[in-house]
Amino acid sequence: MSSFAIEFDRIHKTYTPARQKFWKRFGQAPQTGFKALQDVSLQVEHGEFFGLLGPNGAGKTSLISILAGLARATEGKASVCGYDVFSEFKHARRSLGVVPQELVYDPFFTVRETLRLQSGYYGLRHNDDWIDEILHNLGLTDKASTNMRALSGGMKRRVLVAQALVHRPPVIVLDEPTAGVDVDLRRSLWEFISRLNKQGHTILLTTHYLEEAEALCGRIAMLKQGKVIALDTTEALLARVGGAGLEEAFVQIMHAPAAEALAS
Amino acid sequence: MTPSQPTSMQPQLRSGFRTLLYKEMLRFWRVAFQTIAAPVMTALLYLVIFAQVLQDRVKVYDTIDYTQFLIPGLMMMSMLQNAFANPSSSLIQSRITGNLVFILVTPISNLEFFGAYVLAAVMRGLAVGAAVWGVSMLFLQLPVAYPLWILVFAVLACSIMGILGLIAGLWSEKFDQLAAFQNFLIMPATFLSGVFYSIHTLPPFWQAVSHWNPIFYTIDGFRYGFFGVADSSPWLSLSVVLFVFITLTLIAMRLLETGYKLRH
Repeated sequence: MSSFAIEFDRIHKTYTPARQKFWKRFGQAPQTGFKALQDVSLQVEHGEFFGLLGPNGAGKTSLISILAGLARATEGKASVCGYDVFSEFKHARRSLGVVPQELVYDPFFTVRETLRLQSGYYGLRHNDDWIDEILHNLGLTDKASTNMRALSGGMKRRVLVAQALVHRPPVIVLDEPTAGVDVDLRRSLWEFISRLNKQGHTILLTTHYLEEAEALCGRIAMLKQGKVIALDTTEALLARVGGAGLEEAFVQIMHAPAAEALAS
Repeated sequence: MTPSQPTSMQPQLRSGFRTLLYKEMLRFWRVAFQTIAAPVMTALLYLVIFAQVLQDRVKVYDTIDYTQFLIPGLMMMSMLQNAFANPSSSLIQSRITGNLVFILVTPISNLEFFGAYVLAAVMRGLAVGAAVWGVSMLFLQLPVAYPLWILVFAVLACSIMGILGLIAGLWSEKFDQLAAFQNFLIMPATFLSGVFYSIHTLPPFWQAVSHWNPIFYTIDGFRYGFFGVADSSPWLSLSVVLFVFITLTLIAMRLLETGYKLRH
């Protein structure tokens, strides 16, 4: 097993306009466009509960998209459990479960069908025992035969989590999983995710709820305008502000000059 | 829940192709009234109206009456349009609702993705074609001169349209663009390809134009399988259809490999 569950090595991501992409095919691409990520390097150890924080547009979702194969890095390498996300994508994606930020679903299928199909995409057949266990743990057992269209927002969110777990990935990425979720679901979701973490899953979490990150994450990276401006244990980050809370640390770091934020 | 295992200890990697194919077929089967029965009804209306109006007025080949001539053309037209509709509508719906992400994060390769969408298109096309043939038997029996040619041209024609549907589904960002592709390219190409007439009945200029329409060769070769006579040699038709199939395959695979509008 690789020494890191997740590794980003000098990742750059520039979103070029479609016209420039066309010329790039002929080797004439000027590297202009929106720079979403600049020289991001991060390593997450196996079994860590790691937080990725930053304001909107900081590059969190871009980084996760590169890990999941939904976007391609302009430069640099990313890997999951030592598998390169591009050249060894089958193993990398097999090792990763992603809970997307958007509440998306396929209206053609029931909850159980959705999970069976998702298992099948990973080459897993006869996965019903595991699916039943996930449904039970997420409080979805009585919704198994319900069409996805008929579920409430909170229930759809639970199915998204279930879909990310059908192939028992060692690494789970949650992209703002509690946005717009009621208190009960948020609490039960965190209990469940914490349990998975204790059982050995590596968790990468992005959230705007800093009290969640403070309670759950062992280490935190903060992104601003596509750059890592702070990377430390939660304890150390809190110590910077005399224990005044992660929100205070976040505000101070975001408003400090970049070099100072990383160095302190 | 039991802890996840490292990837090396997880079940062996199997392909997700079968599940994706199953899902794409289930998708059209669930709405069979819309995807199979409706096109059969449309073909039946064409058959009733055109056969009634033109039976004694249009002479195509010496030994074949017009209604007989028309049926393979209508079968092929229905197959072409439905083979196109399957991947194009599935892809644009999945992209607009966002649930395509569930396939993109899995280890399904570009070739498996291509194969599943195109094969499902072929299955829908063949199902519609067989249903039109079955219903037309209520009116008259078609001769079957060369069953293998019928099968070869049916499969290749549906494949070509399936690939075009895949390309259109990747290219279109809204339903409007897909409708433009369908109405300004697919519909004219199918209607002006000899569904309702033999191109030998056209003026020389339009005969020459028809020879540049690859869809003409799918219908002409298909008709040869029934009657043993056609406007062109079946070998010429096969060569053109194979050339188009290979060219479109290369284009579609290139789009998938570059992540065109899928992986940014």
